[in-house]
Amino acid sequence: MPLLELSDIKFAYPGHDPILNGASLSLEAGERLSILGPNGAGKSTLLKMIVGLLKPDAGQVSVFGETRDQEADFHDVRRRVGFVFQDPDDQLFSPTVAEDIAFGPLNLGKSRDEALALVDNILAKLALTHLRDRITHRLSGGEKRLVTLATVLVMEPEVLLLDEPTNALDEENEERLVEILSGLPQAMLLISHDPKFRARVAPSAYRLRAGVLTRED
Amino acid sequence: MSQPLLAAGSEKSTSDSLLSRGSLAALDPRMRIVVAAIYAIVVVSLSDFAALGLALGFAFCLLPLSGLPIKRTLKRMIGMDSFIIFTLLILPFSVPGTPIFTVWGFVASYEGLWQAIEIALTANAAILGLMCLVGSMEPVAMGHGLHALRVPERLVQLMMFTIRYIEVLREEYMRLRAAMKVRGFRPGTNWHTYRSFGYLVGIMLVRALERSERILGAMKCRGFTGRFVLLERFKMQKRDWTFVALTGLAILALIAVELRHAIA
Repeated sequence: MPLLELSDIKFAYPGHDPILNGASLSLEAGERLSILGPNGAGKSTLLKMIVGLLKPDAGQVSVFGETRDQEADFHDVRRRVGFVFQDPDDQLFSPTVAEDIAFGPLNLGKSRDEALALVDNILAKLALTHLRDRITHRLSGGEKRLVTLATVLVMEPEVLLLDEPTNALDEENEERLVEILSGLPQAMLLISHDPKFRARVAPSAYRLRAGVLTRED
Repeated sequence: MSQPLLAAGSEKSTSDSLLSRGSLAALDPRMRIVVAAIYAIVVVSLSDFAALGLALGFAFCLLPLSGLPIKRTLKRMIGMDSFIIFTLLILPFSVPGTPIFTVWGFVASYEGLWQAIEIALTANAAILGLMCLVGSMEPVAMGHGLHALRVPERLVQLMMFTIRYIEVLREEYMRLRAAMKVRGFRPGTNWHTYRSFGYLVGIMLVRALERSERILGAMKCRGFTGRFVLLERFKMQKRDWTFVALTGLAILALIAVELRHAIA
């Protein structure tokens, strides 16, 4: 049973031409896939559909073996799928790093102490403990990116969706990111324009062209 | 700039003595907000010159402890004075009483002069005390403090989001302004300038709206259901109580000086 399955997705933003025109994709446990395609082809749109931030006009989204349709169906999906957004500033909204990382676990109903323990745990794992008490908007671009990854990983997702994670990363931080991602057990769906990064993290790919996905190997 | 804000009275206990420079920053923000409020209320109700002078003196004592840059803080205080300077200048002439001197037929009175001095002392003592106690706080620590003091959650969250995103918005503004500049835009008094600034403000609003939607999306992805939990738990420590005791004594002293004639 695939973890994620999109079948025959059709979608148009209001007042625009259709952007997805029968796109299908499936991701198995432990599998790592990239999605290729030019800017504005609908790659981010596709990821947003998986977590229910956008609803397809037609077609089926099924995650963890169940068809997801209503907003309520996606609550469970969002707990189990980790989404790393393109712009870290969209994701880090809490004043401090520790609070931002704790946001997810607290939403999952963890107590304050449990959440703090998880925060310290994930920071230690990613070697980011020195950032714990920093104010999020004063982090550098690279630090922000690594912290967004921590905010998502702390929820122990089964799948990771990564939207342009190398945006605004210098080489050193990109190297860190590759190292961290390679060491993770999760299945991943990656959008990246960086061929070297793709080759190292998720070499198999789908290409999105004219609203349709085709497998490329 | 970056002070240990989580340490604001809770987790880490540093060994710095109460009187070291910038040591107010290590004290419990809740306590500082409450003390500042009480101090301000007492100061504005004083009318005795000795008491007001003493209050101003106390505020000056706090200044080196607050860790604020002394010169810039005093400049800000003078900035506030410029708002009330006209009131101060006009008071001696508008209050009738024993004449001191006459300017163009207007008589200045001692009573008016005293009132002007009283207002100047009150305003400066209050503003300096507030700047030292609350103004020295990291905005984030203040948010946490207000939350712990049961200020409505929505107000605190509004403040926190503002703190978080004001810099992002400023950067966006600077980028757009730079982009305008490199295409030869020089603001002047003409329609082109007004229209361009209109577009600038418009696009910033649109982008802020879109960003807020992306943030909400990101929050939903992490299981947000509409309730925030702030992590900070403050605990009053010995040095906080010491500070409360000292400021308490100072405030009592102010009241005693004010009332000394009434008591005697």
